[in-house]
Amino acid sequence: MALLKPTRPGPAIATDRKWALSFAVGVVGIFLGYQFVVPHLPYQVASFVDDWLPLTALNEASVYVILALGLNIVVGYAGLLDLGFVAFWAIGGYVVGWLMSGFFDSARVNILGHPPIGLPNGVHISFWLVLLIAGAFCALWGVIIGWPTLRLKSDYLALVTLGFGEIIPQVFVNGEDINGFNLSNGSKGITPVDGIDLFGKLLGPFDLAFKFLIYAGIAAFVVLLSLRLREGRLGRAWLAIREDELAASMMGVPLRKTKLAAYAVGAFSGGLGGAAFATQVNGVFAERFNFSISIILLAMVVLGGMGNVWGVIIGALVLAWINSTGLVQFGQTFNNAFGTQINFPSYNFLLFGIILILMMLFRREGLIPERRTKLLLREPERGQMTALGAEAELVAAEEAIHTQTDPPSEGKLATQTDDAGMGVDAPQSGDSTEGGRS
Amino acid sequence: MTDAIRATDITVSFGGLVAVNAVTFTVPERSVVSLIGPNGAGKTTFFNVLTGLYKPDSGVVEFQDRDVTGLPPHRIAEAGLARTFQNIRLFGLMTAEENVMVAMHSQLKAGVIATLLRTRVQKREEAQARDRARELLDFVGISHTRDEYARNLSYGDQRRLEVARALALQPKVLLLDEPTAGMNPQESARFVEFIYRLREERDTAVLLIEHDMSVVMRVSERITVLDRGEKIAEGTAEQVRSDTRVIEAYLGTGAAGSAGL
Repeated sequence: MALLKPTRPGPAIATDRKWALSFAVGVVGIFLGYQFVVPHLPYQVASFVDDWLPLTALNEASVYVILALGLNIVVGYAGLLDLGFVAFWAIGGYVVGWLMSGFFDSARVNILGHPPIGLPNGVHISFWLVLLIAGAFCALWGVIIGWPTLRLKSDYLALVTLGFGEIIPQVFVNGEDINGFNLSNGSKGITPVDGIDLFGKLLGPFDLAFKFLIYAGIAAFVVLLSLRLREGRLGRAWLAIREDELAASMMGVPLRKTKLAAYAVGAFSGGLGGAAFATQVNGVFAERFNFSISIILLAMVVLGGMGNVWGVIIGALVLAWINSTGLVQFGQTFNNAFGTQINFPSYNFLLFGIILILMMLFRREGLIPERRTKLLLREPERGQMTALGAEAELVAAEEAIHTQTDPPSEGKLATQTDDAGMGVDAPQSGDSTEGGRS
Repeated sequence: MTDAIRATDITVSFGGLVAVNAVTFTVPERSVVSLIGPNGAGKTTFFNVLTGLYKPDSGVVEFQDRDVTGLPPHRIAEAGLARTFQNIRLFGLMTAEENVMVAMHSQLKAGVIATLLRTRVQKREEAQARDRARELLDFVGISHTRDEYARNLSYGDQRRLEVARALALQPKVLLLDEPTAGMNPQESARFVEFIYRLREERDTAVLLIEHDMSVVMRVSERITVLDRGEKIAEGTAEQVRSDTRVIEAYLGTGAAGSAGL
């Protein structure tokens, strides 16, 4: 009977509030902890914290969170598989490289920027403006890439996005001399980049706790963006496309435009993440943007629970931590304890692969699934159940519910019974048995 | 009476197979007309041409005197042509209310920024859309399913939800593709009344593809018969009923009695 319990999804706002509160508390707690508590801890405790959960890893994980949330809009909401999301990470990063450094040294632009003392050449724009520009520039590129490719369906689209995910970083790797123009400084990268100004305080490369606050703030913004869009007109259209593209178009949803919107919003978030990352590592380096990052991002979305922002956040934090810190530390501890020489970090993809396989076997809907996905993967459709003769039980279950929630109403119960009975006559899909009537 | 839809000389072929051959067909405003024919006669293909899913090889589709041939489906839907599907195609993992609201997409304006900021205009728009969705669910008699996922509704309720969703487009013409498939006689009878209510209260014409002859004969002001992609007869129920070509091609000579004619 547990299976037959009809779900009555209400607005998810209450749960979202709870999660948002935990998120805020977590962020503030981490910031205060690292800024004020950890430096005063005894050396051994502080170094333990620094080994197992260094701020650099937290900051990098926050960047992954931002990007995974962006990818979630494309994959989780609109159902468009994108295997080249790293492209937007790269583009966002290079916007910071171009607009917040001395790279273009023949120019001398300064818009609320913070050039290094004595080196005014180059383009120096305030991080907050660059953040917006990076997002907008990536959204533009999302549209440019999406325009020709979004006419393709699922697998083909995935392949083409994979191609773009390879092409764009390659352009940056080889972009040292494009007809004499140096776009990216090739594999040497662009470094250093200017600091971030936070309420009049200029953050240097070592103000990691403040940077964490900023990155977490950007992530919070993307969460807000995701949740609000999800509840609105555009979010409904995305979900409708995910559910049934053809029916959506016949209900007045313009497919190309709506998918492009998903690409643009996802890419915008990707651009924010890319820009954040460039300030974290104090530069952009073309070789860091490889294909595996796209796959890790996708794994984060799947692990966390496609479509659920909170699940995606957890998935991103867990995988990013394993990748950057967890494996290394575990490996060292293990090797010290057993006197072995195993190179644990080199097994990261083996581990991710195993995690994904286990997830697919035992928890396909992700750690914290969107309720919809869970329903899809765990519970049979009612149409299927009635076709299999579960009708009597369904009616009984429904009667129980109606007597609980509604004042008893004869007419309502009668129609309910009626309809459920009909479901047996006419199985919903063509692949089940022939209808009983002729 | 003017025509809501006028399709002239529509021909569609798939490879060498001509699915619809030079069919001319009109739907007058606020009328109820039916398209019948044996399986594979090209009815659904013709439907798909009208709704923009297929581009006809030749011929013109006009909607309220506007040429809509070859426009993408969402444009045609926007213009006021809504449909239901032969095999139900709801958005299974969205609630009944959300299903209906999806069809209001083209009538709502809010963009990304207004939605992000929850502007007053956006909030009002959403509230109005929600009210209209509830009203439509009420109109088709399934308001109790509002917050249920569409895939969990009973078969009959899913059919009704499809109609409510189509009505959310505020259509001038509603295309119903075998709406009574799987209904028992009492429900078919209720459905006939529902079609009358549609026309009276919603001011919309209805184009029906239907196999249940008792329904077709009762509601249709005009019946068009297709067979192997060609129009073989057109007229009132009386005329079609007595047309020898129809009886031969569609019903078979011995079938007239058992089909309830």
